[in-house]
Amino acid sequence: MELTGADIVVRCLQDEGIEYIFGYPGGAALHIYDALYTQEKVKHILVRHEQAAAHAADGYARATGKPGVVLVTSGPGVTNAVTGIATAYMDSIPMVVISGQVPTHLIGDDAFQEVDAVGITRPCVKHNFLVKDVKDLASTIKKAFYVATTGRPGPVLVDVPKDITAHKTEYIYPKSVAMRSYAPVSKGHPKQVKRALEILLSAKRPMIYTGGGIIMAEAQSELRELVRTLGYPCTNTLMGLGSYPADDPMFLGMLGMHGTYEANMAMHDCDVMLAIGARFDDRITGDLAKFSPYSKIIHVDVDPSSIGKNVRVDVPIVGDAKSVVTELLNQMKAADRKPDEAALKKWWKQIEEWRSIKSLEYDRTSELIKPQFVLEKLHEVTAGDAYVTSDVGQHQMWAAQYYGFNQPRRWINSGGLGTMGFGLPAAMGVQLAFPDSPVVCVTGEASIIMCIQELSTCRQYDLPIKIVNLNNRYMGMVRQWQEFFYDRRYSHSYMDALPDFEALAKAFGHSGMRIEKPGDVEGALREALAMKDRLVFMDFITDQTENVYPMIAAGSGHNQMHLHPGTGEPPEERELA
Amino acid sequence: MRHIISILLENEAGALSRVAGLFSARGYNIESLTVAPTDDRTLSRMTIVTRGSEQIIEQIVKQLNKLVDVVKLQDLTEGAHIERELMLVKVKAVDAFREEVKRLVDIFRGRIIDVTDSTYTLELTGTVEKLDAFVKALEVTDIIEVVRSGVTGIARGDRALTI
Repeated sequence: MELTGADIVVRCLQDEGIEYIFGYPGGAALHIYDALYTQEKVKHILVRHEQAAAHAADGYARATGKPGVVLVTSGPGVTNAVTGIATAYMDSIPMVVISGQVPTHLIGDDAFQEVDAVGITRPCVKHNFLVKDVKDLASTIKKAFYVATTGRPGPVLVDVPKDITAHKTEYIYPKSVAMRSYAPVSKGHPKQVKRALEILLSAKRPMIYTGGGIIMAEAQSELRELVRTLGYPCTNTLMGLGSYPADDPMFLGMLGMHGTYEANMAMHDCDVMLAIGARFDDRITGDLAKFSPYSKIIHVDVDPSSIGKNVRVDVPIVGDAKSVVTELLNQMKAADRKPDEAALKKWWKQIEEWRSIKSLEYDRTSELIKPQFVLEKLHEVTAGDAYVTSDVGQHQMWAAQYYGFNQPRRWINSGGLGTMGFGLPAAMGVQLAFPDSPVVCVTGEASIIMCIQELSTCRQYDLPIKIVNLNNRYMGMVRQWQEFFYDRRYSHSYMDALPDFEALAKAFGHSGMRIEKPGDVEGALREALAMKDRLVFMDFITDQTENVYPMIAAGSGHNQMHLHPGTGEPPEERELA
Repeated sequence: MRHIISILLENEAGALSRVAGLFSARGYNIESLTVAPTDDRTLSRMTIVTRGSEQIIEQIVKQLNKLVDVVKLQDLTEGAHIERELMLVKVKAVDAFREEVKRLVDIFRGRIIDVTDSTYTLELTGTVEKLDAFVKALEVTDIIEVVRSGVTGIARGDRALTI
């Protein structure tokens, strides 16, 4: 039977097993919306702004590992989604975006709501397509899902002109895809793994540094086994949090600009570094010239272009984190060599010394609400088991530092692009995927305003998200940089004329709370989280002057951290083992 | 270091802009770029001349390989290779210069492909250096217009870029 292009789009989504799509209708997408109307398999979530559609699909993808799907119209529909697409691209999130386009005969005419969608998204997608013939539609959508979800995942856009959605053809959804120009590598080269193992076992001061790649590859159990078998310390990037349990003694916390003292010092002093699914981003390395000066580096990544991009690597291994770590474990079992116990003991002693500085300590006697305290309490109240999304800034770093993620896919944040406005829509995607799990959006009063309209979507679909707004009346991270590096000239970082968030939440049909005293924090969290049938907006009025510590200023090395003023200065003299 | 990178890519709308966009987005330099379909109409062959440190060239090669439209590529400068560029030059050719330019064209093994009372249009193929030398030699007369194709190349011997 022949189907219209619009029906084909919907059938493809059904056959792909897509549960939810996030979108917003408009002229060029109307045929597709009409096709959606007559079926129930694929549920459409109507957002209030296309940026949120992409973030929601992104949150869904991060929490489930399945691709997120977005449907927008041409022109502003696509341009509004670009921020969300770029966010997914930077964090390698599998996503398929279907955009309406003006009819083929009008393309290039500056038609109403026309934009070169393929051109405008090219730098922020893994790949994109413009469908010019209805006969290519199903196979293109199949390719889009294939490219988005394999290798290093990423967003793929399929631009579908309106006339194509009206044309008819036989519907055949391909079972598999073969693309001569696209063949992602999965297995690491066994010889490279052997070389890596030799270096790993000869280490005196080893360090395992892992990122989002472990989560993408679902390699958390393999990583755990590797760390425990070797007895080596492990640190996670912002994107990798949860891939190794935060409460494990082998875990040194997050590393990088706001990483723990022990993680950064160990990165600096180590003699062998095993990096898996991490990309040596500038927020991780600090000044490259000062980065880990003594180490031999083994780098495992599914994307060859990540290897050797920022730092020189001694053993490159291209492959999927799960298969490479499995191969490492297998070879290790077969090898008769063991890690150097004596050296390791000395190394751990040094690490424990660094750890004893307690770089995440903060003032617990303050009469003002300390944001760190809210996050510690949130961990306690949710038993560390909530899905936590965040926006971008101080609250994001505090959530990363203090929530303590023990499982992968629980920490949902915009790491690479640093997109304010991400948290609430991302939480919608997560809550839809896990309707019975607690989903908390940790945000700040500046970030939440950027996609505040989504409170309306949350009402429409009864999403019982809990919003933890750390309200310090500043763009906190901007203020912090201005305090440190701009002589306290707080240029435009003050949030004036803020709404009454409690009333605002109520206006959208939700519950709201305002919490002003440290003593009320736990009670408020417990009360809000007990309300499982509704969204609760908790507006925590926090200490305006609190800063995120430790901090490595731009241009500094890992051993040059600013610690919390209350912590005291780190010991200066160190002797390498 | 100067590198010549040959790329086989899907002959599809937008493939060229993906490559060009990659170079501009990542700040790599392009000295020249040529592209045309091959004997297999579904494939285009592109030749890019670029410069950069070994580390940059390695990144360029990896980033190009990452593009979904790129089927295969080869850094020609890694082995023995032949490179050629085509140049068309229009020069003023009057009085004694008509003979002088003709002699130069013979010396450089070029051809005169169009003639008017006052101009010659010349064609020359060769390496970048040969073309540069020819342009310099032509400075005895007035050069009206120069058009160069950009470098294209192929590996020597058995080495080949095919799928």
